[in-house]
Amino acid sequence: MKKFLFAAALCLPFGSAAAETLTVYTYDSFVSDWGPGPQIKAAFEAECDCTLEFVSAGDGAAMLARLRLEGERTEADVVLGLDNSLMETARELGIFAPLAAAPEGLALPIEWQDDTFLPYDWGYLAFVYDNTKLTEVPDSFEALALSDLSIVIQDPRSSTPGLGLVIWVKAAYGDSAPLVWEALSDNIVTVTKGWSEAYGMFLEGEADMVLSYTTSPAYHLIAEDDPTKSAASFVEGHYLQVELVAKLAGSGQQALADEFLAFVTTDAFQSVIPETNWMYPATAVDVPEAFSQMIDPAAALSPNGFTDEDRKAGIEEWVRALSQ
Amino acid sequence: MGACAKPVNRLAKPLGIAALFVVAVLVLAPVLALLSRAESGGVSAAVWPAIRFTLLQASLSAVISVALAVPLAKALARRAFFGRGLMISLLGAPFLLPSIVAVLGLLAIWGRSGAFSDLLALVGLGPLDIYGLNGVLLAHVFFNLPLATRMLLQGWQAVPAEHYRLAAQLDLAPRARFALFDAPVLRGAAPSALLVIFMLCMSSFAVVLALGGGPKASTIELAIYQALRFEFDLASAAQLAIVQLVIGLAAAALAFHFGKASRFGGGLGAPFQNWDRRRGPMLLDGAVLVLAAFFVGLPLLAILAKGLEGLTALPSGLWAAFVVSLVVALVSTVLALGLSLALARLIEISQRGGAIELFLLLLLATSPFVIGTGLFILINPFASPFALALPITALVNAALALPIMLRILRPALSRVRHDYGRLAEGLGLSGWARFRLLTFPQIRPELGFATGLAAALSMGDLGVITLFAPPDVQTLPLLMYRLMGSYQMEAAAGVALILVASSFGLFYLFDKGGRGAGA
Repeated sequence: MKKFLFAAALCLPFGSAAAETLTVYTYDSFVSDWGPGPQIKAAFEAECDCTLEFVSAGDGAAMLARLRLEGERTEADVVLGLDNSLMETARELGIFAPLAAAPEGLALPIEWQDDTFLPYDWGYLAFVYDNTKLTEVPDSFEALALSDLSIVIQDPRSSTPGLGLVIWVKAAYGDSAPLVWEALSDNIVTVTKGWSEAYGMFLEGEADMVLSYTTSPAYHLIAEDDPTKSAASFVEGHYLQVELVAKLAGSGQQALADEFLAFVTTDAFQSVIPETNWMYPATAVDVPEAFSQMIDPAAALSPNGFTDEDRKAGIEEWVRALSQ
Repeated sequence: MGACAKPVNRLAKPLGIAALFVVAVLVLAPVLALLSRAESGGVSAAVWPAIRFTLLQASLSAVISVALAVPLAKALARRAFFGRGLMISLLGAPFLLPSIVAVLGLLAIWGRSGAFSDLLALVGLGPLDIYGLNGVLLAHVFFNLPLATRMLLQGWQAVPAEHYRLAAQLDLAPRARFALFDAPVLRGAAPSALLVIFMLCMSSFAVVLALGGGPKASTIELAIYQALRFEFDLASAAQLAIVQLVIGLAAAALAFHFGKASRFGGGLGAPFQNWDRRRGPMLLDGAVLVLAAFFVGLPLLAILAKGLEGLTALPSGLWAAFVVSLVVALVSTVLALGLSLALARLIEISQRGGAIELFLLLLLATSPFVIGTGLFILINPFASPFALALPITALVNAALALPIMLRILRPALSRVRHDYGRLAEGLGLSGWARFRLLTFPQIRPELGFATGLAAALSMGDLGVITLFAPPDVQTLPLLMYRLMGSYQMEAAAGVALILVASSFGLFYLFDKGGRGAGA
């Protein structure tokens, strides 16, 4: 397999290897050996008579930045890995084409209607803790702020979950969001550049809780047979992250791109998601038993039409509240 | 002497100018590229706190690292003891750690649930809370105290062993020894070390965030990252990059103003021994060495322990990543070595040597993100940047190691010229023969140290490759980060150990090769 991939990579630039090549930009962990990428590539290539080439570009925000840098020269036909916090910023670029057909069979916690961006999975942000160490688990931001529990979060200026948390608090508390942040400031041990640093520090015992996903405990259950991690359920509801795929208007592979987008909502794609991307599938496909043990938030807080200006204002508010 | 000297000297200048051109392109072109693509935007007043904090933490990090390095380097310079060579080599290790690995290693010792907090808990105290400026300084001193020590140690080792013997025979008072040896050594090496560390800390940002405790601890580099990744505000990124360059230039000018090369004259190369046998200084040196060994060694041991656990969970693709990393590192090392020797020669023969040297130091003040993005903009109209990912990574890594190499090599080269230049000219020794017979043996320790640093830095660097990496080509640091991003912390710790071990192995090979068997 490795050799084949290598050979394929060598041939691709000369365009002689396969009949058609579909280039999909996505984030790093999607294409790694243990992510969904390899299985999805194999499944799609089995039915499309084409070559599916994933190109990894950091995270969602980095991907968008790269598309803007490349402009018309981009080789991307499809972009997979934007999310609902980046959707309006992406739409404003005007480089994405409408979906060929309205998606069917979506099973998200919220109504979803969009003619350009197609959800392929979703998950809730949550504070994850070690249930053998924490006995009194806070059930709201207020309870968390009043407790002397320590948390590690990510920086909204460099991380997608970090930005999600800012939106979450804003959606739950509106104009009082700065007060909530000020109250939380003595609980925050530190703010990291990305998810990996924060989660690593939590596992090392540097904090009682870490900002992650409600599905994080499922990873520990399934992959490590470790039942000690849980996610705290907050009465305000949880921020819902919806991950999206879209096709580029300038792509020379419109038909193949449509074929891939249709493939995204099939079982072959969706059934791979839970145990490789550790998110919920976007359709009603079966999920592993461990997923049904995860908390089910009271409400899904999802920003409607969250724009670039909203993001800037939210981050400014966050920096100010925590720099007091 | 002219006959064989001329062709070589005629080559030296064009080579140096070509190298200078490469550097100028890498420093200036990316910033210009960003500006050319900038549409609107620009820095806001919100960046002032970041500039202030950057200056504060970088200056303190540099001053503390060098201040602590003085007794340590001095102890290493005047004591011969079992394990001295190993200790000097190990001092290269922290500098080579990827930031996230170093942070986790430091937290295992100094963190809220680290070894010291556990000890304090036994007597009912703690836990330690290092987050904030303290944590940032702790990490930066951990990274840079060893580098400062090595740079100062080079200075002390330039004092011929015969001088120490003479001082012992004359039973010179401590003050006289300080005035004769230590003061000139420090005058020569300390400004350089301060400068390099200041510049390195200025562009640090993942460490600053992780240990800084919150947005109060934000650096200019974070603002650049934010501008490039989230905001796509190229104007702002370019302006911030210029701010960094200006700060870097000011710092370099200061260091040049206060720095003065030390001159001790040549010795006979006698082996070094413990000449100073007074009890007080011996005890003091012993204590300094033990403390330093613990400070540097404990986090390394924690990383080792974690990594050994992770060795059972190593992922597929590890060896491919290892080979890619190694090849990139070696290519980058050859480039860095060639560039630095060509440039060192140019600085020596050019009338504007000082200005050139100052300009080269700016490489340290450039942001890898700005270089990466700028090169992307420049290359994209002509070729796919992905296809060039590895050559670009090798070149940029070489460039980033270059200023550190020059800071290490330049004093050695000028020492050789000062001590043996006239003799060599009298003998008609020039060109390749002069390098082979005189310069190379004399600068061998510095050359080994500098080359080792360049190789290891390139092996462990992540900065540029993330912007270009195609999915099927990964380096060890990239593999480590991808594992961490998929919950696989244990496997990541295993890869981190392999990465650190191979970086250190490379460093050790060159460094040890430079110091030879006797050092």
